[in-house]
Parts: sequence; C-alpha cells; structure tokens
Amino acid sequence: MELTLALAIGVLTASGVYLVLRPRTFQVIIGLSLISYAVNLFILAMGRLRMDAAPILSGANANPADYTDPVPQALVLTAIVIGFAMTALFLVVLLAARGLTGNDHVDGKGN
Amino acid sequence: MTDMNHLAILPILVPMIAAIANLLLSDQRSDKRVVGLNIGFSALLLLVSILLLVALAQSGQTAAAVYPLGNWPIPFGIVLVADRLAAIMVLTTSVLALAALIYASARWHSRAPNFFPLFHALTMGLNGAFLTGDLFNLFVFFELLLAASYGLALFGGGRNRVRSAMHYIVINLVASFLFLIGVALIYGTTGTLNMADIARAVPHIAADDRGLFEAGAAVLGIAFLIKAGSWPLHFWLPNTYSAAAPPVAALFAVMTKVGFYAILRLWMLVFANLSGPEATFGQTTLLVLGVATVAYGSIGALSSKALDRLASYLILVSAGTLLLAVGYNSPGVTTGALYYFVVATLAAGALFLLKDIIDQILPAEAQVLAVSMELYGDEEEILDEDQEVSRTIPAAATLISLCFAIAALVMAGLPPLSGFIAKFAMISSALNADNAPNVATWWITGALIVSGLFVLVSMVRNGINIFWTSLPEDGVLRLRPLEIGPIVVLLALCVVLAIAAGPAMGFFAETAAFIHDPQAYIQIVLPAESAL
Repeated sequence: MELTLALAIGVLTASGVYLVLRPRTFQVIIGLSLISYAVNLFILAMGRLRMDAAPILSGANANPADYTDPVPQALVLTAIVIGFAMTALFLVVLLAARGLTGNDHVDGKGN
Repeated sequence: MTDMNHLAILPILVPMIAAIANLLLSDQRSDKRVVGLNIGFSALLLLVSILLLVALAQSGQTAAAVYPLGNWPIPFGIVLVADRLAAIMVLTTSVLALAALIYASARWHSRAPNFFPLFHALTMGLNGAFLTGDLFNLFVFFELLLAASYGLALFGGGRNRVRSAMHYIVINLVASFLFLIGVALIYGTTGTLNMADIARAVPHIAADDRGLFEAGAAVLGIAFLIKAGSWPLHFWLPNTYSAAAPPVAALFAVMTKVGFYAILRLWMLVFANLSGPEATFGQTTLLVLGVATVAYGSIGALSSKALDRLASYLILVSAGTLLLAVGYNSPGVTTGALYYFVVATLAAGALFLLKDIIDQILPAEAQVLAVSMELYGDEEEILDEDQEVSRTIPAAATLISLCFAIAALVMAGLPPLSGFIAKFAMISSALNADNAPNVATWWITGALIVSGLFVLVSMVRNGINIFWTSLPEDGVLRLRPLEIGPIVVLLALCVVLAIAAGPAMGFFAETAAFIHDPQAYIQIVLPAESAL
C-alpha cells in the first residue's frame, strides 16, 4: 500500500509539474489540479497509513491506537476546498486572458 | 489582561465586518456615504491596532495577547498570538491600508466594482497571517489574502493586468502547494500544528525523523521566500506590482513582508530553540539569497525607466535587506530590520501613490519618454475627469518633489531620515557584536551600503527626468487633497520615526529580544506544558 500511494503521489506530481511548465493556459490549470491531488494525498499520508481505522473517537474509554489520526483529514478537507476555489478563480482569469489577448498562451503572445 | 487578549482578534474582525457590510450595500461606487463608511472602518482598524500596540507596550517586554478561538484547549485548537512583533506588523498594515483607502476613494474605487470588499479582505488576511499562532491557520490566512490580492491585482482590468495577474496566480498556487507539503511534513514529524508546540517538540524529534523535519522546514521556507520576493523566486513581483492599480500596489508593499514575517517568526522559534549546528539551519542560505536579492533589486532599479517599475525593484531591495537581517540572526540586527521594515514599507507605499499623481500631472508626451510604453503602459485607463474637485494648491510642484525627495532619502538610507537610522542600526550592531566580524558581517555591510548607492542613483535619475525636464512650464498643477494627503502623512510618519528614533529603537530592541527568545514565546502560549 505504501508503494502504491508513493507511486501515485510521484506520478501525479511529475505530470503536474510537467504540465504547469507548458505554454498553454489549459495545460497549466490541469497541471495545477494534478499537483493539488498529489498534495492532498501527501497530507493524508503524513497522518500515517491505516487500514480499517475510523478517524472519530467513540466511547469514553476508547483506545487512541485503534483510530487513525483525524487532523490530516481535516487539513485535507480545508486544502481541497481552498484548492478548488483557487482553481475556479484561475479558470475565470484564464478565460479573461483568452478574451483579451485572443490566444491561450500564458504570455498572451501566441504563434 | 483579559481585555488585551480580546484585542488580539479585533484586527481580523473589523476588516471582515467591513468586507461583509460592503457586500450588503448595493452601489459602492458613487455614494459618498459608502466611501465615508469604508474610510471609517479603516480608521477603526487603525485605532484597534494602536490600542493593541499600546496595551502590549504597557504590559512588559514579554507580554502577548493570547486568544484561543472557540476557547479550545491551546495545543489542539487554533490560537491567535499577538505579541509585539505581530502588533508592529498589524499597525504598519493598518496605517498603509488607511492611507491607500483614502487615496483610492478620491478616484480609483469607482474604476471597477467591488474595490472596497476586496481591499478589506486583503487587510483581514494580512492581519490574520500576522496574528495567528497556528501553522495551518497561517496557510488559511495566506490563501485569504492571496484570494483578495488576485482580485485586486486584476482591479481595473486591461490586458496587462490580466496577463501579469495570471502569472501571479499560478506562481502563488504552486507556492501554496509547497506550503501544504511543508506543513504536512512538519505535522508528520512533530504531531502538532501550534507554532509554540512545534518549537517545544522540535528538540525531542527522533533522529530518524530529523531529516524529514528539516526537509519540511526547507519546503516551507521556499514557499515563504516566493511570497517574500526573494531571488531567484521573485520574477512575478515587478510585473505584478507595476501593473496593479496604484492604491493596490501600495498595499501590496506590505504583502511581501508577510513572507519575511513568517520566516522571522518560525525560524527564530523553531531553530533558535535547538543547539549545535542545527540552530543555524538555513542561515547561510538566507544570507546568500538576501545578498542576491539586494543585488538583483539594485540592478533592476538602475535599469528602470518608469517610476512604478522602480518602486517594484525597491520592494525587492527591501525584501532582500530584511532576509539578510533574518539570516544574520542577531538581536541587534533584527532591531534595525524591524525599524527598516516599518519605514521601508511606508515609503514604498507612498512611492506607489506618488507615481500615480505624477502620471496624472505629467504631460502625455513626457510620459511617453518616461515610460517604456510598449512594455508596461500600453493600456492606460481613460481618466474620468474629476469626480472630486481638484484645486490648485500653491507650490504643488514643490510639495510633490519634496515628497519624492523624502521617499528617495528613506529608501536609499541617507541621513538625516529614518532609512539611514535603520541601516546604521543594522550595520553598527553587526560590526559591534560580541564575536569578531566575520564574512557574513562584511557581506551584510557591503550589501546595505552599495544598494543604498544604487537606489540613490536610480531615484535621482528618475527625479531629474520627472521634475526638471517633464513638468509643465507654468508650474501650475492640480492636486486632489484626498490624494496628496495620504502621501504626505505616510512620509511624515517616516520623518517622525526619525525624530523619535530613540524610543522607537528601544521598543524594537525589546521586541527583537523577545523574538530571539523562543522559550518566552512558548511560556506564554503554553504556560502549563512548557516544562515537558
């Protein structure tokens, strides 16, 4: 499971970085989305990987060792929301730039 | 004491309420009362910030207002910590915000919708980032201020702004992801997000995890350096700042300082708490980057033909100077750096506003000479004439050139003004430190002095170009009091800080001593657990 997750994060990040460095705005926004998925997975992994463990304590004398760390899940939730909002905002700017410059090059120059 | 703790949240609440109130008002552009209300909110924020600083100043060197949000137990819930450093930052932001808002309310606010809510949201994000004591909450406030700054960077529209704002957004989104990776690594190794708790836990990290923690700190550092505009991560800065609307650019002058603040706070807190070689983790890097940023900013300033471009490079110079000071890691240098932070921010803000006034009064053909139009200024907005009545002020040209001269003296660090005092304090305490001057001392001294020369040359060249060759012959200029007023006040504050340098320096010295004493910070935030 560790290997699968590490590979997933690595592949997502590598593809994301490659796409962010491309000259078209659409590639950039897809690249940003991929990086944000990778980062979200990474945050989850920092709470240590657990199988079959709930993040919410129940009962007065629950043993914390039976549960997974809830904090990274809360962080991921916030990160997803913020990343989503920022990507949406970037989409609007991308469309505005497309309209103003007449092409989808990140520098507005086109070819 | 409890009253003071509640003061800690007000610098966040006031702009938040102001932003919400603006959204509820339908027409923000033409109504004079709405403009007045916004100025009122900003003035209220300034009042709150002054109260916070005064309360802290009166209650001892190690006093800080600690405000647990929702009253959760402190290492688990989010906490706001307003110590003197945060209060100085908040006050500087509030002063600059009020000046920029008054300036904008003369003309700029009606250029496009929703200026005021975005402006207040940016102020709220800045204050929140300065006040929070929680690493993830710092990320949230960063995003808040960035979201508002995206809107403000686009304010007014036009091809130039959209293009540079697009670069700005992409770079900051990537920086935010780096921020998250750093936070996650630090959480994974220390098990906490509270800054004081992190500082407390760091000496106890297992040897196996130490590398991971340092990697996290380094990634986080890169995210902060991008926001601080450090070389070589600064290429977004001159374009964005010079394309932004002038009142917006003035407030942006304090935005790069958030990166400086975060580095100062976290590095002093986390690494000064360690012993051995790890206590100086990243110091050399910060010094080298600081020198490189100062050098790049100075050369960039020399090569700038337009005043907005020049002001953007001056922001880089000041960012580099502050990084140098953090990298030098001595309380005396930090004292000078805090003083420098205040005056450089105010002067840079004033310079961005002044640039707009000069643009208005210069004859159009002179602007063509002064500005590389094809690069930066190709779509100047049509100036809608005189919403507020401009009137002829006697000796207006003298007033503007005097303002320009003061800004130049402060930015270049020439006596007798406050820029000189700040640089002198940094150099003198670097040379007079206990240990003999080392390589770092000479680098920091050289960088401060040489950058002063570069800045002076470029400012003088621009000043000659504007005031001696381009002003209208008859010397009759029209100025709006609402526009020249804030500039005069900002620069007057720089002069006042020079006159009151003794008490101000004393206050900054106490602040710096507190910054360099992480145990005191931990004691305040986690009184019961610091013994662990």
